[in-house]
Amino acid sequence: MATKNIAGVNIDVNEEGYLTNHAQWSREIGEAIAKEEEIKLTEQHWNVLEFLQKEVKENGALPTIRRLTKSGIVDTKTLYQLFPNGPLKKASKIAGLEKPASCV
Amino acid sequence: MKKILILGAGTAGTIMANRLVRKLDRKEWSITIIDQHAKHYYQPGFLFIPFEMYTEEDVTRNKTDFIPKNVEYIQESIEIIEPDKNRIKLNNGVTLDYYILIIATGTNIVPGEVDGLLDSGWGENAFDFYTVEGSVALARCLKDWKGGKLVVHIAEMPIKCPVAPLEFTFLADWYFSKKEMRDDVEITYVTPLSGAFTKPRASGVLSHLLENKHVKLVPDFNIMNVDGTAKKLVSFDEKTVDYDILVSIPTNMGDSVIERSGMGDELNYVQTQKHTLQSKAHENIFVLGDATDLPSSKAGSVAHFEAEILTENILQFIQNKPLKEDFDGHANCFIESGFGKGFLIDFNYDVEPVEGKFPLPIIGPMALLKESRMNHFSKLAFKWIYWNILLRGWPIPMITAQMTKLGKKL
Repeated sequence: MATKNIAGVNIDVNEEGYLTNHAQWSREIGEAIAKEEEIKLTEQHWNVLEFLQKEVKENGALPTIRRLTKSGIVDTKTLYQLFPNGPLKKASKIAGLEKPASCV
Repeated sequence: MKKILILGAGTAGTIMANRLVRKLDRKEWSITIIDQHAKHYYQPGFLFIPFEMYTEEDVTRNKTDFIPKNVEYIQESIEIIEPDKNRIKLNNGVTLDYYILIIATGTNIVPGEVDGLLDSGWGENAFDFYTVEGSVALARCLKDWKGGKLVVHIAEMPIKCPVAPLEFTFLADWYFSKKEMRDDVEITYVTPLSGAFTKPRASGVLSHLLENKHVKLVPDFNIMNVDGTAKKLVSFDEKTVDYDILVSIPTNMGDSVIERSGMGDELNYVQTQKHTLQSKAHENIFVLGDATDLPSSKAGSVAHFEAEILTENILQFIQNKPLKEDFDGHANCFIESGFGKGFLIDFNYDVEPVEGKFPLPIIGPMALLKESRMNHFSKLAFKWIYWNILLRGWPIPMITAQMTKLGKKL
């Protein structure tokens, strides 16, 4: 476990830069991580991020891409445009959530 | 008389029927198993059909040959499960009540979930090998093929037997080498994962093997659609892969009866307690095999290990005792690697496949995560074990339901 200074605050992160304590997350921290990933957050991005956070809060686990797109928040094509190269990996990192477990 | 209903007479359901009938008092309990199909397939054998190693006859038996005589077998499809009323309805209008329900309805490929896959070329130059029809059609096609681009493609995870697409690729390399036409065949392996396999150490070994066999690996490929006319795969981020023959592993989904009954997740898998195999929603419903949403492999070995633990838990449940949290996600899989060799991997929820010896430490005789002839012959011998020991619900000597760490290089 390491600490990283993000948006002027010391945050606990794992070796891949995912927050290990979601309580430390704020919108500013989300913005800062997004900037590192070269993503400029728009309202559409925030809809996805908030959906992920809500799902984790309610179910204790990240939704799959299929569940996310089925929810009507975003279609798959747009999702890949919003978060290129691994949308769920990128979005969960920005949202201060754990990295999606690779499937079995 | 109390009734136990088992839905699905595949690997998992058949093993459960055989185990339970030996444990329960026949004066008190009746067991009924329901399946819509008459044939039981040895599914690991589908892999060998395209390469003319097995025929359809080699992998086909009647389901009833494996159902014990004190178990009632009904061949009918299931209309709906009504868990709040403890009953199910069959397509022929019959309603069956239950005291305990065991769901073993498995998983199926759903090619229609991949845009364009069924539009053009399905069964002509695009195939699956997860059904007997698919692998027989593919065998016919490969037999006279003159060469070109062969693409093995996984649409999305999870899939049944996650090592099978790799085995297919290794065997294709061997098959075309044997036919002295390997130089005329370009083999590409396309996956949504970041590497060859889901578990890091095995993925490293297997990626290296693809490289040695001159197979091109295209990772992180998330399919948007198949363009059957132009014969190419297109990803959401606009990468493309051309093919002459496409071997597709389409989206896998649980049975549609789960969806009709409102009992599953977005892929129709039933939410199941990870260690007890009880359904999360209903305490008298248990789930095993490919029908669960567990983060274990969808494989026959897993169903076999689960059946051992679930039998215990059903006995506990009947006696109003607490369920045992014994299932650890154990899977044990041979990986055929071509040229008469194979790998063996043994892992669970927490421990990824590593090197070592199996089933006995040091002695083996099988090597874990290493290529050997012994592993290949064991894989071939497994067909006999499947029909005669595994499906009958007998334990396999020295192989335990829970994974052992002995003999493993952790």
